[in-house]
Amino acid sequence: MSFLQYLINGISIGAVYAIIALGYTMVYGIAKMLNFAHGDVIMVGAYVSYCVTSYLGMPAIVSILVAVVACTVLGIVIEGLAYKPLRGTPSLAVLITAIGVSYFLQNAAQLIFGSAPKNFKSIVTMQPLTLFGGGLTITGEVIITIAICVAIMVGLTLFTSKTRMGKAMRAVSEDRAAAQLMGINVNQTISLTFAIGSALAAVAGVLLCSTVPTLMPTTGAMPGIRAFTAAVFGGIGSIPGAMLGGILLGIIETFSKAYISTQFSDAIVFSVLIIILLVKPAGLLGKQIQEKV
Amino acid sequence: MADYPKNVVQVPTFNLFREQDAGKLPVLDVRNLGIDFGGLTAVDSFNITIGPTEIAGLIGPNGAGKTTIFNLLTGVYQPTRGSVLVNGIDIKGMPVHKVNKLGIARTFQNIRLFSEMTALDNVKVGMHNEIKCSFLSSLLRLPGYYHAEAAANLKAMELLEFMGLADVADQKAGSLPYGVQRRLEIVRALATNPSIILLDEPAAGMNPSETAELMHQIRRIRDTFHIAIFLIEHDMNLVMNVCETIAVVNYGKIICKGTPEQVRQNPAVIEAYLGKEDND
Repeated sequence: MSFLQYLINGISIGAVYAIIALGYTMVYGIAKMLNFAHGDVIMVGAYVSYCVTSYLGMPAIVSILVAVVACTVLGIVIEGLAYKPLRGTPSLAVLITAIGVSYFLQNAAQLIFGSAPKNFKSIVTMQPLTLFGGGLTITGEVIITIAICVAIMVGLTLFTSKTRMGKAMRAVSEDRAAAQLMGINVNQTISLTFAIGSALAAVAGVLLCSTVPTLMPTTGAMPGIRAFTAAVFGGIGSIPGAMLGGILLGIIETFSKAYISTQFSDAIVFSVLIIILLVKPAGLLGKQIQEKV
Repeated sequence: MADYPKNVVQVPTFNLFREQDAGKLPVLDVRNLGIDFGGLTAVDSFNITIGPTEIAGLIGPNGAGKTTIFNLLTGVYQPTRGSVLVNGIDIKGMPVHKVNKLGIARTFQNIRLFSEMTALDNVKVGMHNEIKCSFLSSLLRLPGYYHAEAAANLKAMELLEFMGLADVADQKAGSLPYGVQRRLEIVRALATNPSIILLDEPAAGMNPSETAELMHQIRRIRDTFHIAIFLIEHDMNLVMNVCETIAVVNYGKIICKGTPEQVRQNPAVIEAYLGKEDND
């Protein structure tokens, strides 16, 4: 029974990783850059939500909406100020800038909120579900997290396959120059991608802090790295890959904590990543690009 | 086929529009265009005027600067000198997608379809600026979304049908045979609703019967959509048969402009392609 318990908890934390990984993978697919500040947008989202509930006394749902709006704006601003001027420069310059933005956000949060952890009050008020006469407990957080993750997955799939902007995003990710010549505004498409990714980060931040209720300026850093790993694991650039990678990573992490060692769980997770990449360098669902000689 | 087109003014100077284009604003007006890459002058003093329903050709030896000229005309490169007017509007400093909106579309020498998307979706990407449907209404699936989607699908299918591609609408572009991909690229360019379409070696890699079919289609595009066509091609049979006016470039400069007949007999052209006789 405990196996099932671990599995469900693993899927739940994996779902959070998946939502974060979507931000990494979409931005990589379209802007061809690794946005290492993405993890810190999660932290900002969580702080915004915390402030709205704790200081303004607003209901949880309002706090999520405010966090989503704030992070969407933040994502667009970061892209416009920090990354857009560097378009066309070597990818290393953009990567370093992303790391800079990451530190900037962490330190800004430290200045505003201090480094002492805040006690994040869960947004979920749902009672835990007890099954098998107490053998299996599924918390409200787990149910809500998985439900939101599924909804996001379905929504994004519909968006990219059916809508005009979704098609434009796919076109830009396949061939930016050709898309431009078909009349697609590439800058606008990249901004939209950052907006969507950051909005998802806000949701992930609230869900993450509802499960692990400690909020501090570095809250987003480690989940961000793990989600990035998940995106690479699933095949960076691929939306289903990010989902699959996130959930698998969550399960592996939970199982290693449960059955092997809590301290070594990260080492185990990253070892699995290394093994997968040795066997499938493009990730689980990634496309192997054959370079013509 | 040899006497086509009958309606071209047979006067031995270039830049004479077809009769029905007389007195109309040229769709493409290029003045003294030039670009340097570092110390290398890739294109220099390039002038051309193309009428609203003209089929013009651009030929020249490999490396003469033909594709560079196309990149200048579509705003991919910013020229060092000179100007490009599309429908009378200078494209200087415009982002590429805005230049496309002015009415200039193109295909590529090496096919650049969105290979992971279906043929239909490729065409719909081309119609990006035409599908008027707000983000919100498509997200919420309002009636406006279905209306715009239905209209877009219908038009995209009509365009595919026009080039005989309706059967492959739902197939991934990357999985289609080479010749079909070439035609799909033309459809995608047409979907942007251009007033001139640039074809970069449309017959490359095609067999003679496919090329013959392509010649027919190029004329049909002009006659159906009433647009101008400017093409780069190495297949002299196609160029001489389809184009009403031809510009020959070598080392980035125009060495000859005229009707196919004039170009065929021009000594400078013969020299560019075959080398000087007494040099051997």
